[in-house]
Amino acid sequence: MTDKKYIVGIFNDEDVVMDAVQKIRSKGIKIHEVFCPYPVHGLDHALGYERPRMGVPAFLFGITGTCLAFLLTFWTLGIDWPMNIGGKNFFPFPTNIPIVFELTVLLAAFGMSFTFFFMEGLGPSVKPIIFDIRSTDDKFAMAIDLNKNTVSDSEIKAFLSEVGAKEVNVKEV
Amino acid sequence: MSVVSPIREHLVTGGKTYHDVTEDICRHVESKPTKEWKIAFAISVLVLLYGGGWVLWTWWEGLGVWGLNKTVGWAWDITNFVWWVGIGHAGTLISAILLLFRQKWRTSINRAAEAMTIFAVLCAASFILMHMGRPWLAYWALPLPNTFGSLWVNFNSPLVWDVFAISTYFSVSCLFWFIGLIPDLATIRDRATGIRKTIYGALSLGWTGGAKTWARYEDVSLILAGLSTPLVLSVHTIVSFDFATSVIPGWHTTIFPPYFVAGAIFSGFAMVQNLMLVTRVVYKLEDYITLEHISLMNKIITLTGSIVGVAYITEFFIAAYSGVEYEKYAFINRATGPLWWSYFGMMFCNVMSPQVFWFKKLRENIVVSFVIAVVVNIGMWFERFVIIVTSLHRDYLPSSWTYFTPRMGDIGDYLFSFGFFFTCFFLFSKFLPVINMAEVKAVLKSSSEKKSNH
Repeated sequence: MTDKKYIVGIFNDEDVVMDAVQKIRSKGIKIHEVFCPYPVHGLDHALGYERPRMGVPAFLFGITGTCLAFLLTFWTLGIDWPMNIGGKNFFPFPTNIPIVFELTVLLAAFGMSFTFFFMEGLGPSVKPIIFDIRSTDDKFAMAIDLNKNTVSDSEIKAFLSEVGAKEVNVKEV
Repeated sequence: MSVVSPIREHLVTGGKTYHDVTEDICRHVESKPTKEWKIAFAISVLVLLYGGGWVLWTWWEGLGVWGLNKTVGWAWDITNFVWWVGIGHAGTLISAILLLFRQKWRTSINRAAEAMTIFAVLCAASFILMHMGRPWLAYWALPLPNTFGSLWVNFNSPLVWDVFAISTYFSVSCLFWFIGLIPDLATIRDRATGIRKTIYGALSLGWTGGAKTWARYEDVSLILAGLSTPLVLSVHTIVSFDFATSVIPGWHTTIFPPYFVAGAIFSGFAMVQNLMLVTRVVYKLEDYITLEHISLMNKIITLTGSIVGVAYITEFFIAAYSGVEYEKYAFINRATGPLWWSYFGMMFCNVMSPQVFWFKKLRENIVVSFVIAVVVNIGMWFERFVIIVTSLHRDYLPSSWTYFTPRMGDIGDYLFSFGFFFTCFFLFSKFLPVINMAEVKAVLKSSSEKKSNH
C-alpha cells in the first residue's frame, strides 16, 4: 500500500478558515476535510457538502416504530387475547396513543443516531486518523490530499500560508 | 437619532480563549480528586449504603416496613417517584427545548443538567421497583407472552404507559447525553496518555471533528431535541395520568398534565440551580456559570412557580364549581384537614418563596438563590405528598379515615435515592467534563468579553 501524503494547514480562527476554504476551492484545489474543535456554521456549505438530511432516517425509523407499536397493541389486545372490560371496545385506539408515541420516539432517536454512527464510521474500536492533535482543542486543521490534486505541493503550501494558515505541515498516513 | 438596545451580559467572562476553555474544564477530569470531592463522595456512598440496607430490608420483609395502611396505600414511595421524575425533566428542558429556542446560555449548564436527568430518572425507577414488593418480577410489566397463560399487559392502563414512557425517556436521555459528550471525550482523549487514552478513545468512538461530521452531528442534535421535547412533555403527562385517569376525588382532574409538567420544570430547575451553584465554586467555573446564568434560571423558577400557583387555585375553583360534594371536601380537607401543614408547606415554598426573585438584587444573590432552590424542592415534594396522601387518607367511608405517619422504612428508602443520586453525580463530575466544551467554544466568539468589540 502506498503511503498517502497530506498537507495540513493550521488556522486559529473560524472566520479565517472559512475565508481560506473559499479561496482554496476557487483555485481548484480539492480539500480533503477541515477538522474543527466545534461546529462552524456554514463551513460544510463552503466545502460544497450537501445539506445533511438526518431527518430521513429519523422519519423512516419513527414510522417503523409507529407501525410496530400499533401492531403490538392491536394484535395483543384485539386479536390474541381480547379482554372484555365493562363491555368496552377490545381495542380502543385513544388509550394506545401513549404506547405508539413512545415507541415512535424511541425508534426514531436510536435509529437516527446509529445511522449517524454508521455513516460517519464511528465506533468504540475505531482508530481515527488525526491530522493535528490540536484540532479537538483550539485549532482548525485543513487537510489537502496530494494524490487527488494536480497542483504541486510547494504551491499548495505557499498558498495556504497566503490565505492565513499559521502553520503548514506534511502528514503521511 | 440612534437607538441603543441593551446588550446581553456576556455568557463567558474572563476573556477566555479556546484553549483556556479546554484547560479549565479538562483540569478536574485530569487531576487527582480534591479533598472536598473525596469527603463529599464518601458521605454520599455512606448514605447510599445505609439507604441500600433499608431497600434490601424492604424487599426482604415486604412493604409492611413502610407506614402504609388500609386507607393510604400510596404514600412516600409514589411521592418520591413523581418528585424524582419531575426533577429529571429540567435536564431535557435545558438541552432540548432551550436548543430549539436558540437560547445560547444553555451551553454552560446543559451537560450537568442532562446527567442530573439520567440519575434522577434512575432514582425514580428505583421507587417503582421498591413499590413492586417483588422486584424480581419487574419484567412482568413488559409485554411478554406470559408463560403462565397467554395474558398480555393491559395497554389501556396508565401504569403500563408509565413503563413505556419512563424507559423511553431514560434511553433517549442517555443517548442525547452521550452524543453530546462525544466531541468532548475526543478532546480528553487527545490530551490523555496510557490507559486513560484507551478508555476515552473507545468512548469517543474515533471522533475527529471533520466539517462533514459536525454538520451531520448538528442535524442529529437538532432532531434529537425535536424528539425529546414532546417526549419530556409526554412523560410527566403520563405520570399525571396515573392519578388523572382514576376516580379518586382530588385526582381525576383534567388540569393535571400541564400542571405536572410546569411543576416538573420548576423543581428540576431548582435542583439544577443547587448543583450548579456548588459545581461552579468547587471546580472554579465562575467564568462559565455566571450570575447571568443564575439570574436566568431564577426567572424560570419564578415563572414556573407562578404557573403551579395558578394551577393550585384553579383546582380549588374547579372543585367548588363542580358542585360535587366529595370533590369539594377533598380540597377543603387538603387545606384545613389534619394534613394542613403539608398544604401550607406547598403553598409557601412553591408559590410565595420564588416571588423574591422579582428583585434583581436577590435574583443575583448566590446565597438567596441556593436557599430558595432548596425550599422549592421541599415544596415540590410537599406538593406530591399533598396530592397523594391528602386525597387518600379520608375516603368515602368515615370509619376508615386515618392519618399517615412515615416509618423508618420510608425514610431509609428515601435516603437511598439521595445517596444514589449524589454518588452518581460526583462520579460524573470527576470523570466527565461538567461543561460542554465544544458548545461553549462555539458561542465564545460572539459572547465572550474579549471579542465583544468586533
